[in-house]
Amino acid sequence: MSLLTPEPGLLFWMMISFGIALLILVRYGFPVILKAVEKRKNYIDASIQAAREAQEELGKVVETGERMLTEARREQNAILKETTRLKEQLIGEARAGAAAESEKMLAAARSRIEAEREEALRTIRREVSTLSVQLAERILRERLGDEQEQMKMIDRLLDEVDISKS
Amino acid sequence: MRRSITLAVLILITLLFFASAVAALPVNKEVAGGEELNVKEMILHHLADSYEWHITGNGEKDLSLPLPVILRSKRSGWHLFLSSRLHHGEESYHGFRIASEGKYAGKILEIRTDGADSRPLDLSFTKNAASLLLSSLLLILLVLATARSVSRDPLKPKKGLAGLMEMAVVMIEDELIKPTVGKDYARYSPYLLTLFFFILINNLLGLIPLLPGGANVTGNIAVTLVLAVTTFLVVNFTGSREYYREIFWPDVPVWLKVPFPLMPIIEVVGLFTKPFALMIRLFANIMAGHAIVLGLTSLIFVSVSLGSTINASMTAASVLFTVFINFVELLVAFIQAYVFTLLSAVFIGLARVEPHVARSGEHTPVNKKTKQIEQNS
Repeated sequence: MSLLTPEPGLLFWMMISFGIALLILVRYGFPVILKAVEKRKNYIDASIQAAREAQEELGKVVETGERMLTEARREQNAILKETTRLKEQLIGEARAGAAAESEKMLAAARSRIEAEREEALRTIRREVSTLSVQLAERILRERLGDEQEQMKMIDRLLDEVDISKS
Repeated sequence: MRRSITLAVLILITLLFFASAVAALPVNKEVAGGEELNVKEMILHHLADSYEWHITGNGEKDLSLPLPVILRSKRSGWHLFLSSRLHHGEESYHGFRIASEGKYAGKILEIRTDGADSRPLDLSFTKNAASLLLSSLLLILLVLATARSVSRDPLKPKKGLAGLMEMAVVMIEDELIKPTVGKDYARYSPYLLTLFFFILINNLLGLIPLLPGGANVTGNIAVTLVLAVTTFLVVNFTGSREYYREIFWPDVPVWLKVPFPLMPIIEVVGLFTKPFALMIRLFANIMAGHAIVLGLTSLIFVSVSLGSTINASMTAASVLFTVFINFVELLVAFIQAYVFTLLSAVFIGLARVEPHVARSGEHTPVNKKTKQIEQNS
Protein backbone atom coordinates (compact mmCIF):
# COMPACT_ATOMS: atom_id res chain seq x y z
CA MET A 1 0.00 0.00 0.00
CA SER A 2 1.44 3.27 -1.06
CA LEU A 3 0.43 5.07 2.12
CA LEU A 4 2.79 2.92 4.14
CA THR A 5 5.84 3.22 1.91
CA PRO A 6 7.85 6.37 2.51
CA GLU A 7 8.65 8.34 -0.63
CA PRO A 8 12.34 9.08 -1.04
CA GLY A 9 11.55 12.55 -2.40
CA LEU A 10 9.46 13.50 0.58
CA LEU A 11 12.05 11.98 2.91
CA PHE A 12 14.61 14.25 1.32
CA TRP A 13 12.46 17.39 1.63
CA MET A 14 11.41 16.47 5.14
CA MET A 15 15.04 16.06 6.17
CA ILE A 16 15.82 19.46 4.70
CA SER A 17 12.82 21.24 6.23
CA PHE A 18 13.09 19.61 9.62
CA GLY A 19 16.86 19.89 9.57
CA ILE A 20 16.75 23.62 8.91
CA ALA A 21 14.06 24.16 11.51
CA LEU A 22 15.95 22.03 14.03
CA LEU A 23 19.29 23.72 13.44
CA ILE A 24 17.93 27.23 13.69
CA LEU A 25 15.52 26.65 16.53
CA VAL A 26 17.91 24.60 18.65
CA ARG A 27 20.57 27.28 18.28
CA TYR A 28 18.74 30.59 18.16
CA GLY A 29 15.12 29.88 19.01
CA PHE A 30 14.22 27.94 22.09
CA PRO A 31 17.37 28.41 24.19
CA VAL A 32 16.85 32.18 23.92
CA ILE A 33 13.23 31.92 25.02
CA LEU A 34 14.09 29.51 27.81
CA LYS A 35 16.94 31.71 28.98
CA ALA A 36 14.73 34.80 28.98
CA VAL A 37 12.01 32.97 30.86
CA GLU A 38 14.60 31.65 33.29
CA LYS A 39 15.91 35.15 33.74
CA ARG A 40 12.46 36.48 34.47
CA LYS A 41 11.81 33.59 36.83
CA ASN A 42 15.02 34.32 38.68
CA TYR A 43 14.15 38.00 38.78
CA ILE A 44 10.71 37.25 40.19
CA ASP A 45 12.18 34.83 42.69
CA ALA A 46 14.77 37.37 43.70
CA SER A 47 12.10 40.05 43.98
CA ILE A 48 9.95 37.84 46.17
CA GLN A 49 12.99 37.00 48.25
CA ALA A 50 13.88 40.67 48.50
CA ALA A 51 10.31 41.57 49.43
CA ARG A 52 10.31 38.88 52.08
CA GLU A 53 13.62 40.12 53.40
CA ALA A 54 12.36 43.69 53.36
CA GLN A 55 9.28 42.53 55.22
CA GLU A 56 11.45 40.81 57.77
CA GLU A 57 13.68 43.82 57.97
CA LEU A 58 10.65 46.03 58.43
CA GLY A 59 9.38 43.74 61.16
CA LYS A 60 12.76 43.90 62.79
CA VAL A 61 12.81 47.67 62.48
CA VAL A 62 9.35 47.94 63.95
CA GLU A 63 10.40 45.63 66.73
CA THR A 64 13.55 47.64 67.33
CA GLY A 65 11.52 50.82 67.29
CA GLU A 66 9.10 49.41 69.77
CA ARG A 67 11.90 48.18 71.93
CA MET A 68 13.54 51.57 71.74
CA LEU A 69 10.25 53.22 72.58
CA THR A 70 9.71 51.06 75.64
CA GLU A 71 13.32 51.58 76.58
CA ALA A 72 12.88 55.33 76.23
CA ARG A 73 9.69 55.20 78.19
CA ARG A 74 11.36 53.19 80.90
CA GLU A 75 14.26 55.60 80.92
CA GLN A 76 11.88 58.51 81.03
CA ASN A 77 10.12 56.93 83.99
CA ALA A 78 13.43 56.31 85.68
CA ILE A 79 14.54 59.85 85.05
CA LEU A 80 11.24 61.20 86.27
CA LYS A 81 11.49 59.09 89.37
CA GLU A 82 15.07 60.19 89.88
CA THR A 83 14.14 63.85 89.49
CA THR A 84 11.28 63.48 91.91
CA ARG A 85 13.59 61.82 94.32
CA LEU A 86 16.21 64.53 93.81
CA LYS A 87 13.65 67.25 94.17
CA GLU A 88 12.43 65.78 97.39
CA GLN A 89 15.96 65.30 98.59
CA LEU A 90 16.80 68.87 97.70
CA ILE A 91 13.73 70.20 99.35
CA GLY A 92 14.49 68.06 102.38
CA GLU A 93 18.04 69.18 102.41
CA ALA A 94 17.04 72.79 102.04
CA ARG A 95 14.54 72.40 104.77
CA ALA A 96 17.08 70.77 107.04
CA GLY A 97 19.64 73.43 106.23
CA ALA A 98 17.20 76.16 106.96
CA ALA A 99 16.23 74.53 110.20
CA ALA A 100 19.84 74.11 111.19
CA GLU A 101 20.59 77.70 110.29
CA SER A 102 17.68 79.02 112.20
CA GLU A 103 18.62 76.75 115.07
CA LYS A 104 22.12 78.16 114.99
CA MET A 105 20.84 81.70 114.86
CA LEU A 106 18.49 81.00 117.67
CA ALA A 107 21.27 79.47 119.68
CA ALA A 108 23.50 82.45 119.00
CA ALA A 109 20.75 84.81 119.95
CA ARG A 110 20.06 82.80 123.03
CA SER A 111 23.69 82.77 124.10
CA ARG A 112 24.02 86.46 123.55
CA ILE A 113 20.90 87.07 125.52
CA GLU A 114 22.36 84.86 128.24
CA ALA A 115 25.63 86.72 128.16
CA GLU A 116 23.92 90.02 128.24
CA ARG A 117 21.73 88.92 131.05
CA GLU A 118 24.77 87.79 133.05
CA GLU A 119 26.52 91.00 132.24
CA ALA A 120 23.49 92.87 133.42
CA LEU A 121 23.29 90.71 136.53
CA ARG A 122 26.94 91.28 137.25
CA THR A 123 26.57 94.98 136.82
CA ILE A 124 23.50 94.97 139.00
CA ARG A 125 25.30 92.89 141.57
CA ARG A 126 28.28 95.22 141.52
CA GLU A 127 25.99 98.19 141.87
CA VAL A 128 24.07 96.45 144.61
CA SER A 129 27.28 95.57 146.53
CA THR A 130 28.65 99.09 146.20
CA LEU A 131 25.32 100.41 147.22
CA SER A 132 25.10 98.05 150.16
CA VAL A 133 28.63 98.88 151.26
CA GLN A 134 27.77 102.54 151.11
CA LEU A 135 24.57 101.81 152.94
CA ALA A 136 26.38 99.72 155.51
CA GLU A 137 28.98 102.46 155.92
CA ARG A 138 26.29 104.90 156.41
CA ILE A 139 24.46 102.65 158.84
CA LEU A 140 27.64 101.91 160.74
CA ARG A 141 28.50 105.55 160.89
CA GLU A 142 25.11 106.19 162.28
CA ARG A 143 25.18 103.35 164.85
CA LEU A 144 28.74 103.57 166.09
CA GLY A 145 28.68 107.21 166.92
CA ASP A 146 29.39 106.92 170.69
CA GLU A 147 32.08 105.04 172.62
CA GLN A 148 29.95 102.68 174.41
CA GLU A 149 28.50 101.35 171.38
CA GLN A 150 31.85 100.85 169.80
CA MET A 151 33.08 98.87 172.78
CA LYS A 152 30.09 96.61 172.75
CA MET A 153 30.70 95.92 169.23
CA ILE A 154 34.31 95.03 169.74
CA ASP A 155 33.36 92.69 172.54
CA ARG A 156 30.93 90.89 170.54
CA LEU A 157 33.30 90.49 167.74
CA LEU A 158 35.95 89.21 170.06
CA ASP A 159 33.48 86.71 171.44
CA GLU A 160 32.77 85.50 168.08
CA VAL A 161 36.43 85.03 167.38
CA ASP A 162 36.87 83.10 170.62
CA ILE A 163 34.06 80.88 169.88
CA SER A 164 35.38 80.22 166.46
CA LYS A 165 38.88 79.56 168.06
CA SER A 166 37.68 77.06 170.50
CA MET B 1 -24.68 31.35 24.81
CA ARG B 2 -28.28 31.80 23.73
CA ARG B 3 -27.20 33.94 20.81
CA SER B 4 -24.74 31.30 19.63
CA ILE B 5 -27.41 28.62 19.79
CA THR B 6 -29.71 30.77 17.69
CA LEU B 7 -26.87 31.35 15.28
CA ALA B 8 -26.18 27.63 14.98
CA VAL B 9 -29.83 26.88 14.29
CA LEU B 10 -29.92 29.60 11.63
CA ILE B 11 -26.81 28.20 9.96
CA LEU B 12 -28.30 24.75 10.02
CA ILE B 13 -31.54 25.92 8.37
CA THR B 14 -29.60 27.82 5.71
CA LEU B 15 -27.46 24.79 5.04
CA LEU B 16 -30.51 22.58 4.67
CA PHE B 17 -32.08 25.05 2.30
CA PHE B 18 -28.98 25.35 0.17
CA ALA B 19 -28.38 21.65 0.18
CA SER B 20 -31.85 20.92 -1.12
CA ALA B 21 -31.49 23.67 -3.71
CA VAL B 22 -28.17 22.28 -4.90
CA ALA B 23 -29.49 18.75 -4.93
CA ALA B 24 -32.35 19.85 -7.15
CA LEU B 25 -29.99 21.17 -9.80
CA PRO B 26 -30.02 19.08 -12.99
CA VAL B 27 -26.23 19.07 -13.25
CA ASN B 28 -25.91 17.08 -10.08
CA LYS B 29 -28.47 14.59 -11.22
CA GLU B 30 -26.48 14.12 -14.33
CA VAL B 31 -23.30 13.57 -12.36
CA ALA B 32 -25.09 11.15 -10.11
CA GLY B 33 -26.36 9.28 -13.06
CA GLY B 34 -23.13 9.50 -15.01
CA GLU B 35 -20.07 8.56 -13.03
CA GLU B 36 -20.27 6.94 -9.65
CA LEU B 37 -18.02 8.56 -7.10
CA ASN B 38 -15.34 6.18 -5.94
CA VAL B 39 -15.08 7.21 -2.28
CA LYS B 40 -12.14 5.02 -1.44
CA GLU B 41 -10.12 6.27 -4.37
CA MET B 42 -11.05 9.88 -3.60
CA ILE B 43 -9.98 9.56 0.03
CA LEU B 44 -6.74 7.80 -0.81
CA HIS B 45 -6.03 10.41 -3.45
CA HIS B 46 -6.51 13.20 -0.94
CA LEU B 47 -4.45 11.47 1.72
CA ALA B 48 -1.56 10.90 -0.64
CA ASP B 49 0.98 13.42 -1.75
CA SER B 50 0.55 15.17 -5.10
CA TYR B 51 2.71 17.02 -7.58
CA GLU B 52 0.54 20.12 -7.60
CA TRP B 53 -1.23 22.07 -4.89
CA HIS B 54 -4.86 21.68 -5.76
CA ILE B 55 -7.00 24.64 -4.71
CA THR B 56 -10.39 24.15 -6.30
CA GLY B 57 -12.03 22.80 -9.42
CA ASN B 58 -15.29 21.50 -10.85
CA GLY B 59 -14.15 18.38 -12.63
CA GLU B 60 -13.30 19.89 -16.01
CA LYS B 61 -11.23 22.85 -14.99
CA ASP B 62 -8.88 22.70 -12.04
CA LEU B 63 -7.36 25.61 -10.26
CA SER B 64 -4.10 24.50 -8.76
CA LEU B 65 -0.66 25.75 -7.93
CA PRO B 66 1.96 23.94 -10.02
CA LEU B 67 5.05 22.80 -8.16
CA PRO B 68 8.48 21.88 -9.51
CA VAL B 69 9.11 18.28 -10.43
CA ILE B 70 12.68 17.09 -9.91
CA LEU B 71 13.60 13.74 -11.37
CA ARG B 72 16.70 11.78 -11.97
CA SER B 73 16.45 9.13 -14.64
CA LYS B 74 19.09 6.46 -15.01
CA ARG B 75 19.17 7.04 -18.73
CA SER B 76 18.59 10.75 -19.27
CA GLY B 77 19.88 12.31 -16.07
CA TRP B 78 18.29 15.15 -14.16
CA HIS B 79 14.98 16.76 -15.11
CA LEU B 80 13.34 19.86 -13.67
CA PHE B 81 9.95 21.11 -14.85
CA LEU B 82 6.64 22.35 -13.50
CA SER B 83 4.00 19.83 -12.60
CA SER B 84 1.50 21.62 -14.87
CA ARG B 85 3.24 19.88 -17.76
CA LEU B 86 1.90 16.59 -16.57
CA HIS B 87 -1.81 16.03 -16.23
CA HIS B 88 -3.51 13.05 -14.79
CA GLY B 89 -2.87 9.99 -16.87
CA GLU B 90 -2.95 10.95 -20.51
CA GLU B 91 -0.14 13.34 -21.27
CA SER B 92 3.52 12.68 -21.04
CA TYR B 93 6.39 15.07 -20.94
CA HIS B 94 10.03 14.26 -21.70
CA GLY B 95 9.14 10.63 -21.48
CA PHE B 96 7.49 10.87 -18.06
CA ARG B 97 3.89 10.33 -17.09
CA ILE B 98 1.84 10.13 -13.93
CA ALA B 99 0.62 6.61 -13.40
CA SER B 100 -3.13 6.37 -13.02
CA GLU B 101 -3.22 2.85 -11.63
CA GLY B 102 -1.05 0.04 -10.45
CA LYS B 103 1.61 -0.03 -7.80
CA TYR B 104 2.72 3.53 -8.47
CA ALA B 105 -0.69 5.16 -8.89
CA GLY B 106 -0.35 8.92 -8.74
CA LYS B 107 3.42 8.80 -9.03
CA ILE B 108 5.62 9.80 -11.95
CA LEU B 109 6.87 6.97 -14.09
CA GLU B 110 9.45 6.95 -16.83
CA ILE B 111 8.07 5.58 -20.04
CA ARG B 112 10.22 2.88 -21.45
CA THR B 113 10.04 1.45 -24.91
CA ASP B 114 9.73 -2.12 -23.70
CA GLY B 115 6.54 -1.26 -21.84
CA ALA B 116 7.89 -1.84 -18.34
CA ASP B 117 7.72 1.69 -17.05
CA SER B 118 10.14 2.33 -14.23
CA ARG B 119 10.18 4.71 -11.35
CA PRO B 120 12.92 7.34 -11.54
CA LEU B 121 14.55 8.91 -8.48
CA ASP B 122 11.82 11.35 -7.60
CA LEU B 123 12.90 14.37 -5.56
CA SER B 124 9.94 16.47 -6.67
CA PHE B 125 9.00 19.44 -4.58
CA THR B 126 5.54 18.03 -3.94
CA LYS B 127 2.59 19.45 -2.08
CA ASN B 128 3.77 17.90 1.19
CA ALA B 129 7.31 19.11 0.63
CA ALA B 130 6.05 22.62 -0.03
CA SER B 131 3.80 22.47 3.00
CA LEU B 132 6.70 21.21 5.12
CA LEU B 133 8.98 23.99 3.99
CA LEU B 134 6.24 26.54 4.49
CA SER B 135 5.41 25.33 7.98
CA SER B 136 9.10 25.14 8.87
CA LEU B 137 9.59 28.72 7.79
CA LEU B 138 6.46 29.75 9.64
CA LEU B 139 7.67 27.98 12.76
CA ILE B 140 11.13 29.51 12.50
CA LEU B 141 9.63 32.97 12.08
CA LEU B 142 7.24 32.45 14.95
CA VAL B 143 9.85 31.16 17.36
CA LEU B 144 12.54 33.64 16.38
CA ALA B 145 10.08 36.51 16.69
CA THR B 146 9.08 35.24 20.11
CA ALA B 147 12.71 34.80 21.09
CA ARG B 148 13.49 38.31 19.97
CA SER B 149 10.50 39.81 21.70
CA VAL B 150 11.19 37.89 24.90
CA SER B 151 14.91 38.53 25.02
CA ARG B 152 14.60 42.23 24.28
CA ASP B 153 13.04 42.84 27.64
CA PRO B 154 13.04 39.58 29.56
CA LEU B 155 11.62 41.06 32.74
CA LYS B 156 8.40 42.26 31.14
CA PRO B 157 5.67 39.66 30.61
CA LYS B 158 4.67 39.42 26.97
CA LYS B 159 1.25 39.79 25.41
CA GLY B 160 -0.24 38.42 22.23
CA LEU B 161 1.48 35.79 20.12
CA ALA B 162 4.79 36.01 21.95
CA GLY B 163 2.99 35.52 25.23
CA LEU B 164 1.12 32.52 23.86
CA MET B 165 4.29 30.95 22.48
CA GLU B 166 6.14 31.63 25.68
CA MET B 167 3.37 30.06 27.72
CA ALA B 168 3.34 26.97 25.50
CA VAL B 169 7.14 26.67 25.67
CA VAL B 170 7.15 26.98 29.43
CA MET B 171 4.29 24.50 29.76
CA ILE B 172 6.06 21.87 27.64
CA GLU B 173 9.34 22.52 29.41
CA ASP B 174 7.95 22.41 32.93
CA GLU B 175 5.30 19.75 32.68
CA LEU B 176 6.67 17.43 30.05
CA ILE B 177 10.42 17.69 29.68
CA LYS B 178 11.55 18.36 33.24
CA PRO B 179 9.73 15.49 34.94
CA THR B 180 10.37 12.89 32.25
CA VAL B 181 13.92 13.48 31.04
CA GLY B 182 15.45 13.88 34.46
CA LYS B 183 18.24 16.00 35.70
CA ASP B 184 20.06 16.95 32.47
CA TYR B 185 16.84 18.00 30.76
CA ALA B 186 18.29 21.36 29.67
CA ARG B 187 20.41 19.61 27.05
CA TYR B 188 17.39 18.06 25.40
CA SER B 189 14.66 20.65 25.82
CA PRO B 190 15.49 22.63 22.62
CA TYR B 191 15.24 19.45 20.56
CA LEU B 192 12.05 18.30 22.26
CA LEU B 193 10.47 21.74 21.98
CA THR B 194 11.31 21.88 18.27
CA LEU B 195 9.77 18.45 17.87
CA PHE B 196 6.60 19.48 19.66
CA PHE B 197 6.07 22.72 17.80
CA PHE B 198 7.04 21.23 14.45
CA ILE B 199 4.45 18.47 14.79
CA LEU B 200 1.86 20.84 16.22
CA ILE B 201 2.16 23.43 13.48
CA ASN B 202 2.03 20.77 10.77
CA ASN B 203 -0.97 19.10 12.41
CA LEU B 204 -2.77 22.43 12.64
CA LEU B 205 -1.94 23.46 9.08
CA GLY B 206 -3.21 20.09 7.93
CA LEU B 207 -6.62 20.96 9.36
CA ILE B 208 -6.94 24.10 7.25
CA PRO B 209 -8.52 23.01 3.97
CA LEU B 210 -7.21 25.92 1.88
CA LEU B 211 -3.85 26.73 0.37
CA PRO B 212 -1.48 27.39 3.27
CA GLY B 213 -2.64 24.13 4.78
CA GLY B 214 -4.56 21.14 3.63
CA ALA B 215 -1.61 18.89 3.08
CA ASN B 216 -1.64 15.62 4.95
CA VAL B 217 1.89 16.21 6.20
CA THR B 218 2.09 14.54 9.59
CA GLY B 219 -0.19 11.83 8.25
CA ASN B 220 2.55 10.89 5.81
CA ILE B 221 4.82 8.07 6.80
CA ALA B 222 7.94 9.69 5.37
CA VAL B 223 7.52 12.69 7.65
CA THR B 224 6.91 10.68 10.79
CA LEU B 225 9.75 8.37 9.78
CA VAL B 226 12.22 11.25 9.79
CA LEU B 227 10.90 12.47 13.13
CA ALA B 228 11.13 9.02 14.68
CA VAL B 229 14.63 8.43 13.29
CA THR B 230 15.76 11.76 14.72
CA THR B 231 14.46 10.76 18.13
CA PHE B 232 16.12 7.36 17.74
CA LEU B 233 19.45 9.02 16.96
CA VAL B 234 19.16 11.46 19.85
CA VAL B 235 18.24 8.69 22.26
CA ASN B 236 20.96 6.28 21.23
CA PHE B 237 23.80 8.71 20.67
CA THR B 238 23.38 10.26 24.08
CA GLY B 239 22.58 7.06 25.96
CA SER B 240 24.49 6.48 29.15
CA ARG B 241 26.84 3.59 29.82
CA GLU B 242 24.25 2.08 32.15
CA TYR B 243 21.65 2.22 29.35
CA TYR B 244 23.84 0.12 27.08
CA ARG B 245 24.78 -2.21 29.91
CA GLU B 246 21.08 -2.82 30.52
CA ILE B 247 20.61 -3.64 26.85
CA PHE B 248 23.54 -6.00 26.37
CA TRP B 249 23.92 -7.35 29.88
CA PRO B 250 20.58 -6.83 31.68
CA ASP B 251 19.91 -7.84 35.27
CA VAL B 252 18.38 -11.22 34.50
CA PRO B 253 19.45 -14.80 35.27
CA VAL B 254 22.59 -15.67 33.38
CA TRP B 255 20.98 -18.47 31.33
CA LEU B 256 18.86 -15.84 29.61
CA LYS B 257 22.02 -14.18 28.32
CA VAL B 258 24.47 -17.03 27.77
CA PRO B 259 24.85 -19.05 25.61
CA PHE B 260 21.85 -17.77 23.65
CA PRO B 261 21.47 -13.99 24.19
CA LEU B 262 17.69 -13.99 24.48
CA MET B 263 17.31 -10.86 26.60
CA PRO B 264 19.87 -8.78 24.67
CA ILE B 265 18.03 -9.65 21.45
CA ILE B 266 14.71 -8.59 22.96
CA GLU B 267 16.28 -5.36 24.22
CA VAL B 268 17.83 -4.59 20.85
CA VAL B 269 14.52 -5.22 19.12
CA GLY B 270 13.01 -2.87 21.70
CA LEU B 271 15.43 -0.17 20.60
CA PHE B 272 13.79 -0.17 17.20
CA THR B 273 10.19 -0.81 18.18
CA LYS B 274 10.08 2.34 20.29
CA PRO B 275 10.68 4.81 17.43
CA PHE B 276 8.67 2.56 15.14
CA ALA B 277 5.68 2.92 17.45
CA LEU B 278 6.23 6.68 17.49
CA MET B 279 6.24 6.78 13.71
CA ILE B 280 3.10 4.68 13.29
CA ARG B 281 1.18 6.41 16.09
CA LEU B 282 1.50 9.92 14.68
CA PHE B 283 1.02 8.79 11.09
CA ALA B 284 -2.06 6.70 11.82
CA ASN B 285 -3.74 9.27 14.05
CA ILE B 286 -3.41 12.17 11.67
CA MET B 287 -4.16 10.13 8.59
CA ALA B 288 -7.25 8.67 10.24
CA GLY B 289 -8.45 12.15 11.16
CA HIS B 290 -8.12 13.33 7.58
CA ALA B 291 -9.79 10.16 6.32
CA ILE B 292 -12.76 10.65 8.63
CA VAL B 293 -13.23 14.24 7.51
CA LEU B 294 -12.99 13.20 3.88
CA GLY B 295 -15.37 10.31 4.41
CA LEU B 296 -17.94 12.52 6.10
CA THR B 297 -17.64 15.08 3.32
CA SER B 298 -18.11 12.43 0.66
CA LEU B 299 -21.36 11.49 2.38
CA ILE B 300 -22.86 14.49 0.59
CA PHE B 301 -21.84 13.23 -2.84
CA VAL B 302 -22.65 9.61 -2.18
CA SER B 303 -26.18 10.43 -1.11
CA VAL B 304 -26.95 12.49 -4.23
CA SER B 305 -28.40 9.44 -5.98
CA LEU B 306 -30.77 8.80 -3.06
CA GLY B 307 -33.00 11.78 -3.77
CA SER B 308 -32.97 15.37 -2.67
CA THR B 309 -34.57 14.95 0.76
CA ILE B 310 -32.12 12.35 1.93
CA ASN B 311 -29.31 14.23 0.26
CA ALA B 312 -30.25 17.43 2.08
CA SER B 313 -30.49 15.80 5.46
CA MET B 314 -27.27 13.88 4.86
CA THR B 315 -25.58 17.15 3.89
CA ALA B 316 -26.64 18.76 7.14
CA ALA B 317 -25.52 15.73 9.10
CA SER B 318 -22.26 15.64 7.20
CA VAL B 319 -21.51 19.28 7.91
CA LEU B 320 -22.40 18.88 11.57
CA PHE B 321 -20.26 15.80 11.96
CA THR B 322 -17.41 17.32 10.01
CA VAL B 323 -17.42 20.35 12.27
CA PHE B 324 -17.46 18.07 15.29
CA ILE B 325 -14.66 15.88 13.93
CA ASN B 326 -12.66 19.00 13.13
CA PHE B 327 -12.87 20.03 16.76
CA VAL B 328 -11.79 16.55 17.77
CA GLU B 329 -8.95 16.82 15.27
CA LEU B 330 -7.92 20.10 16.83
CA LEU B 331 -7.61 18.22 20.09
CA VAL B 332 -5.83 15.33 18.39
CA ALA B 333 -3.39 17.74 16.73
CA PHE B 334 -2.29 18.90 20.15
CA ILE B 335 -2.46 15.51 21.83
CA GLN B 336 -0.41 13.74 19.17
CA ALA B 337 2.26 16.43 19.20
CA TYR B 338 2.28 16.18 23.00
CA VAL B 339 2.41 12.40 23.00
CA PHE B 340 5.20 12.23 20.43
CA THR B 341 7.24 14.69 22.47
CA LEU B 342 6.37 13.00 25.75
CA LEU B 343 7.43 9.59 24.49
CA SER B 344 10.61 11.00 22.98
CA ALA B 345 11.33 12.57 26.35
CA VAL B 346 10.59 9.27 28.09
CA PHE B 347 12.93 7.38 25.78
CA ILE B 348 15.63 9.96 26.35
CA GLY B 349 15.03 9.72 30.08
CA LEU B 350 15.33 5.94 29.92
CA ALA B 351 18.56 6.24 27.96
CA ARG B 352 20.00 8.53 30.63
CA VAL B 353 19.67 6.00 33.45
CA GLU B 354 22.36 5.93 36.05
CA PRO B 355 23.61 2.85 37.90
CA HIS B 356 21.11 1.92 40.57
CA VAL B 357 22.33 2.59 44.07
CA ALA B 358 20.83 -0.61 45.37
CA ARG B 359 21.59 -3.38 42.87
CA SER B 360 18.74 -5.56 44.08
CA GLY B 361 16.38 -4.51 41.31
CA GLU B 362 15.24 -1.42 43.17
CA HIS B 363 14.47 1.30 40.67
CA THR B 364 14.94 4.97 41.25
CA PRO B 365 11.69 6.95 41.42
CA VAL B 366 12.34 8.78 38.13
CA ASN B 367 12.92 5.52 36.34
CA LYS B 368 9.78 4.01 37.76
CA LYS B 369 7.73 6.98 36.70
CA THR B 370 9.01 7.04 33.14
CA LYS B 371 8.47 3.31 32.77
CA GLN B 372 4.94 3.77 33.98
CA ILE B 373 4.32 6.53 31.45
CA GLU B 374 5.64 4.30 28.73
CA GLN B 375 3.31 1.51 29.69
CA ASN B 376 0.28 3.72 29.90
CA SER B 377 0.59 5.23 26.47
